[in-house]
Amino acid sequence: MKPVAVVLLVLSSLLAPYQLAAKEAVPTELDRVQQKRAVELSEHLRCLVCQNQTIADSNAELAQDLRRQVREQIAEGRSDADIVGFMVQRYGDFVLYKPPVKLTTLLLWFGPGLLLVAGFVVLVRNLRSRRRVEPRALSEEERTRAGALLLEASNKERP
Amino acid sequence: MIRFLLPLGIFGVLAAFLAVGLTLNPREVPSPLVNKPVPPFTLGQLHRPELQFSQKDMLGQVWLLNVWASWCVSCRDEHPVLIELSKNRVVPVVGLNYKDKSAEAMAWLKQFGDPYILSVIDQDGRVGLDYGVYGVPETFVIDRAGVIRYKQIGPITKEALEGKILPLVRLLQKS
Repeated sequence: MKPVAVVLLVLSSLLAPYQLAAKEAVPTELDRVQQKRAVELSEHLRCLVCQNQTIADSNAELAQDLRRQVREQIAEGRSDADIVGFMVQRYGDFVLYKPPVKLTTLLLWFGPGLLLVAGFVVLVRNLRSRRRVEPRALSEEERTRAGALLLEASNKERP
Repeated sequence: MIRFLLPLGIFGVLAAFLAVGLTLNPREVPSPLVNKPVPPFTLGQLHRPELQFSQKDMLGQVWLLNVWASWCVSCRDEHPVLIELSKNRVVPVVGLNYKDKSAEAMAWLKQFGDPYILSVIDQDGRVGLDYGVYGVPETFVIDRAGVIRYKQIGPITKEALEGKILPLVRLLQKS
């Protein structure tokens, strides 16, 4: 046997316990479709502890509990709407990562659009009124004054 | 004139909104459970796990449900207030021992005093979830009919107790 082969053999036998340990992840009670649903739902629910994260992103204990709850309910065959309803009933609309369109959230949803439109209207009006300003013709008196000023200025430049 | 008043007006409105926003605590999410019946539960008691306790056992009384845990730091801030309250015997307080180890919970009560008429064990936090608990401590004020009337998020301070909880409790006890 070549020395290299011996070294490889020894190394691989040393690694053997790790190969055993690195077996496949423990299969969960959810199949792949359900698993996908669980992840998608988790991405739509807010973690109330770290409020700018979804429960899919967060590793807070509460997020773990809520994720477990989502998985259990999926395994029980509940629909997505049921599960979201379950969460809203307990934690309110705030648990929804995307706020629902309601009377109280109209400003939140459409405020930015309204501001954009308002800004555009103001911009267009300003630009139009600016174009309308035409230079007025000078009166005779103003013309002679302007001529005098120009003459003075050119005399200063050339001493 | 409107050229100057309009931006000033918009600024004023914006400033007012932001000023109000500064006084709000974003951690306090209003609970949808207020003015709803208490979520039902049946749990073992902390000191006598063989005995069950259910929210029904409190029907006819005004009571407080206080969510606590021995690992919870702010519960220690709140604890003297609860002890004081239990001495006055104004209102019974039930403890919901949330995601805790019973031995540690009992040791904690021994060390700091036990203000509860009894505590129930919610080891995996499922009942807590039904109550929309997301931060310990939390306290619910529950009326005679078993309807939640108020939720205190975070520790009960002396001000919260005197200013909100006790007046509400007295009002509910009269009705």
